[in-house]
Amino acid sequence: MDSNKKNGMTRRELLRTGTGAAAVTLLAGISPFGLVRAAFGEEKAEPFTFAYLSDAHLYVKNINQKFVDALVKGVQNVNDMNPAPDFVFFGGDLAQLGHPDELKLGKEILSDLKPKLHIMVGEHDWYRDMGETWKTLFGPDRYSFDHKGIHFVVLNSVIVKDYWTPNKMTPEQRMLAMAQLDNPKGEAFTVGEEQRDWLQTDLKKVKSETPVVVFSHSPLYKLYRPWNFWTDDAEEVRKLLSRFKTVTVFHGHTHQVLTNRIGNITFHGFLSTSWPWPYAPKGTPELTLQMDRPDPFFSTDGCGWGIIDMLGSGQADKTYEPWNRSPMKVTYEEIASGKWPPAYPQGSSGPSY
Amino acid sequence: MTIKKGILTSLCITALIVFAGYTGIVFAHGQPHSAQDLKLFEMAYQKAVDQGYKIFHDAKLGTTGQSCDMCHPDAANTHPETYPKYQTQIKKVIGLRDMINWCILNPLKGKELAPDSEEMIALEAYITNQRKGTPLAPGKH
Repeated sequence: MDSNKKNGMTRRELLRTGTGAAAVTLLAGISPFGLVRAAFGEEKAEPFTFAYLSDAHLYVKNINQKFVDALVKGVQNVNDMNPAPDFVFFGGDLAQLGHPDELKLGKEILSDLKPKLHIMVGEHDWYRDMGETWKTLFGPDRYSFDHKGIHFVVLNSVIVKDYWTPNKMTPEQRMLAMAQLDNPKGEAFTVGEEQRDWLQTDLKKVKSETPVVVFSHSPLYKLYRPWNFWTDDAEEVRKLLSRFKTVTVFHGHTHQVLTNRIGNITFHGFLSTSWPWPYAPKGTPELTLQMDRPDPFFSTDGCGWGIIDMLGSGQADKTYEPWNRSPMKVTYEEIASGKWPPAYPQGSSGPSY
Repeated sequence: MTIKKGILTSLCITALIVFAGYTGIVFAHGQPHSAQDLKLFEMAYQKAVDQGYKIFHDAKLGTTGQSCDMCHPDAANTHPETYPKYQTQIKKVIGLRDMINWCILNPLKGKELAPDSEEMIALEAYITNQRKGTPLAPGKH
């Protein structure tokens, strides 16, 4: 009879598991540019790092220099990474009003990136000409690729029901309507049936043990409908992903720190280079450790980019790199621990928006 | 005073009082507003709120192509109920309209609005209307 029992474990057992957990956490957290093999779980992939830039919302030159400078800064930050990331992913909304000049400007700035670029479409890129310029400049709006044992899928998850034809809207009117986040007449984002069929076909050749990563501009879950922090057919999309052991979704659009988990899928929202958004009045997932309210007197506060460390398990750690603030790292182990997010300091109810 | 004169004086005073009551000079809010009056007040207010909505969503308020709703969808994160308050970066206590003008001048790089202008009142009407029911918390950081 051990009188030192604590939570049903002897003190020695507690110490052992405590040390073990600490060791794993230390190993997993040692290098932010993750070339460390995580010591837990069967390894299905080779660990590597990639960078995430998103939501540049570029205007044509001479209108908004700040957004241009911000994306240029993001590109420089990525190029300064040592060691270099395996690739860079751009999360959508390169342009603000879908203008060919905006998209060409964006392509020109991104062409300075040294690592390989994979890119995804957002609604601000698409709705002026229904993706014509985008596809000419960047290729298909949905595709997949494999890298170091992980299957990556890139979706166009900003498909909305056609309301511009019955309302006889011009391309510019359509773009402005889609650009207004709080548009009371906004239609919900979807992946759509045609693309879900494409996804199903694409995934047929992927084994269930293979880690899957999905890039999507909209979050692939339902956060807050009035701001289209929403994917209307999210459940159907997630059903197609349900047989896989390890799935991670990386999304843009929300311009804020977001973490969520639904079933077998972990969701990560990333920062914008151009401007931050407040958290929605409701629907922000509990797993999210919210970033503090941005200070408008620092013009890039709340903006930044991100680094993702893909682990040997196929899960992901992420580091937010906000300009004006310290980097914020969130590991998969923390998210899955059941003790995330940590409580706010005593007396505080968290950031007020 | 003759009775005739007295009656005449009383009638005049009564007429004056009735007239004054009607125009609200003497009785002011002793008389409730008519339903039609209240409707007119409400319509005038709503007109200001609607105008405020338009300006709030208008990229031409500034010169960078940005509009207020881009950082503040549905006027979120404007906290009108906390003004006036000490604004650390300006180093003094300011009101909501001062903060509005700061935003127009800085991120939007536009021209400040006159504090008593129709546009400024409209913006305040829209922003505060969006936070209707929120308890006042002046001075809150």
